[in-house]
Amino acid sequence: MAAILETRALAAFYGSTQVLHQVDLAVEAGGITALLGANGAGKTTLLRALTAMVAVRGAIRFDGREIAGLATEDLVRLGIAHVPDGRGTFVHLTVEENLRLGAYTRSAKAEVAKDFERVFGYFPRLRERRRQQAGTLSGGEQQMLAIARALMLRPRLLLLDEPSFGLAPLVVKDIFRILRAINRDEQVSLLVVEQNANLALDLADQAYLMETGEVVMSGPADRIRGDESVRRAYLGY
Amino acid sequence: MTALLHQIFSGLATGGIYASVALALVMIYQATHLVNFAQGEMAMFSTYIAWWLIGLGTPYWIAFLLTLAISFLGGVAIERIVIRPMEKAPVLASVSVFIGLLAIFNSVAGFIFDYQIKPFPSPFPSDAWYGSAFMSPHEVGEVMVTLVVLLLVYGFFRFTPLGLAMRASAQNPVSSRLVGIRVGWMLALGWGLAAATGAVAGMMAAPVVYLEPNMMSSILLYGFAGALLGGIDNPWGAVLGGFMVGVLENLAGAYVVGADLKLTVALVIIVGVLVISPAGLFGRPVVTRV
Amino acid sequence: MTTVSETQAAARPQLVAGLSVATWRRLILTVALVAALALPFLVSSYHTFQLTMVLVYAMALLGLNLLTGFNGQISLGHGAFYAIGAYTTAILVTKLGIPYWATIPIAGVVSLAVGFLFGLPALRLEVLYLALATFALALVTPQILKYKAFDAVTGGVQGILLDKPDAPFGLPLSGDQWLYLLALAVAIPLVWAAENLIRGRIGRAIVAIREHPVAAETMGVNASLYKALTFGVSAFYTGIAGALGGIVVGFVAPDSFPVLLSLSFLVGIVVGGLASVWGVLVGALFIEFVPNYADQISDLLGERAKALPWAIYGLLLIAIMYLMPTGAAGLVKRLTRGIMREF
Repeated sequence: MAAILETRALAAFYGSTQVLHQVDLAVEAGGITALLGANGAGKTTLLRALTAMVAVRGAIRFDGREIAGLATEDLVRLGIAHVPDGRGTFVHLTVEENLRLGAYTRSAKAEVAKDFERVFGYFPRLRERRRQQAGTLSGGEQQMLAIARALMLRPRLLLLDEPSFGLAPLVVKDIFRILRAINRDEQVSLLVVEQNANLALDLADQAYLMETGEVVMSGPADRIRGDESVRRAYLGY
Repeated sequence: MTALLHQIFSGLATGGIYASVALALVMIYQATHLVNFAQGEMAMFSTYIAWWLIGLGTPYWIAFLLTLAISFLGGVAIERIVIRPMEKAPVLASVSVFIGLLAIFNSVAGFIFDYQIKPFPSPFPSDAWYGSAFMSPHEVGEVMVTLVVLLLVYGFFRFTPLGLAMRASAQNPVSSRLVGIRVGWMLALGWGLAAATGAVAGMMAAPVVYLEPNMMSSILLYGFAGALLGGIDNPWGAVLGGFMVGVLENLAGAYVVGADLKLTVALVIIVGVLVISPAGLFGRPVVTRV
Repeated sequence: MTTVSETQAAARPQLVAGLSVATWRRLILTVALVAALALPFLVSSYHTFQLTMVLVYAMALLGLNLLTGFNGQISLGHGAFYAIGAYTTAILVTKLGIPYWATIPIAGVVSLAVGFLFGLPALRLEVLYLALATFALALVTPQILKYKAFDAVTGGVQGILLDKPDAPFGLPLSGDQWLYLLALAVAIPLVWAAENLIRGRIGRAIVAIREHPVAAETMGVNASLYKALTFGVSAFYTGIAGALGGIVVGFVAPDSFPVLLSLSFLVGIVVGGLASVWGVLVGALFIEFVPNYADQISDLLGERAKALPWAIYGLLLIAIMYLMPTGAAGLVKRLTRGIMREF
């Protein structure tokens, strides 16, 4: 299967400190890839590297085209949406304004209006709260808003950083169900960073395991799930 | 009673000028968390440009609009060329650069246009129908122009996509980049708008205080006071603060401290607000993460 | 991180051309002191007057540097403390007949008190807001000084004239030479005190507060107390400078203390080097002589020459922040390190 995103020997730096080493990763087009690992493994850094939020060295290919070195704002225009850790909602703006900002780079007004409808279809609660200030939403609703905003971009690739963080299990189930639907119905490829390995492996087709800035294991999600050491370290049994 | 009302309305008129300056200050503060100490001098320089255009024979309102456009471009240029490289610099470096800009604008204005006090025309004739015992035609005009400018700015930020993008950039630059906003240019636009708003303040003030290189220093101070009073991260609070300071200044000057110490009122307001409630009346309380 | 060999090298006194660094320092200081003492007898009385003003400004800059360079609290209004020192001296001399030399420490104490009081509310202000508040102070100072109700004391717009003192005990010195030596005699202990302050525990606490106030607090540094004290001491230095300045110039008036003065002080410490005790000399030389040269060119430019000092200050502030943020002191440090490596 063709990869929509590939990295080769990717390295990332905070100042002069190297935090990612030789990362080779591929996200299948139309698939869901999980990125697992403990705290500090470098998962968030990898997502930041992909959207040019940190200094990088190495190759990043999106749809076959080299993108390392492009600015974040330009990557967005290519169709990469990043839902950062902490949601990144514009807390002082309304839900509607947040969504409108998601569509900032798009010019077709009619299409954008349709997308509003589609997004409210996935997240009816957002429609109810559309004029509310985003900061007054609950954690789960803010996560939905963050994903919805990313969808307004009409992305081809959606990067999600810890979508389950701080949310109640029922809410998480809801969100992951919607993520699956988005992947299936919109053909949006997903790269999901999760500390909750169980959830992530349930959702994903492929998985990568990271430790201290390096990829230590990769393969189909089932195989990773079945692996003895992974089970013990990350799945708790 | 008439005297009191006159003081209040007069205060509202000058308050309009302070509100414009306060708005300009807040626009830059919101986006950069920096105070533009050079705001007054930039406005003064814009006013000189208007004066020069009028001197060439340009009709007032054309000169007015041209000045706004030139000031806007100038603000954008300053942000891109002078301020941008200071983005990650420590506070003292930025403050020094602002003071440097202040000094340069003041000296260049003095050098090009000399230090003679010059009269500046008001587009509102002194015998116009809308004058009264409470407010001279120019004061009425000041308030009108200020309100129009403020409404336009409000409308821009509230209802246009670009305005929304600018608000977003000021609040959360990282997330703004993630939706494709070119945050750097938003900052530059903010500076342009601030410069243009300041120019309005200068052109409204000049007929009253006369045009000379130091004309804006007191007005800047009142603008600071207004911005702080209303809340330095709240544009509409700042506007309200500007009007309040205008009225307070007049009342204090007429009934409490006398005209000589009016400027001290600004200092008292500034220090008072900073000590009692740095967020001002309508600002958001600032929580600094440790 | 220092390696083991580097630490060992630091323990062994470094020799440059046969002498230790400490000895070089003492040598240079002694030469400088001798030169400083000799100067007033080698140059004209006008130049002596200018050099005296350099010493005066150096003390004012030292005050500001303690606060802004070392402690990180930005003051754009130190001209106010300079004015307080100058007016205290002028008023005590002309209204109460106190001898001029006795008014100097009094002026210092008055400034210290005002500075400390100003520093107390300023404690809670973010650096930027303090800059704003002190900027307001600078703008307002001339107006307060001109306030008609104070005229009886301040002499109003006309100001106060002071008689130029003669050398005491009938010493064979001109008035200018005496004042220079007096300024030197005041400056030396002040500089010595500042150096010791900075190098000691208190200095480290002050710098720690600048770098990370919260961390400093958790290390047991009472940030509030230190900040207020630093403000007071800073005002003390600048107040003494103002007092001396008033005596040397012989005249204090509201318009002698405009915003430009406070801004000159800022330029002075930026040029000389923030957080540098010796850099203030370079800064003082700069702010004494630049307006002078501007005056000289004023014949060519007429009234427009007023613009020159401002323009130069503005350009320099920006240029230094871009190119040489550590100022002259930083440059000298880099050069001396280079020289030391050569030898």
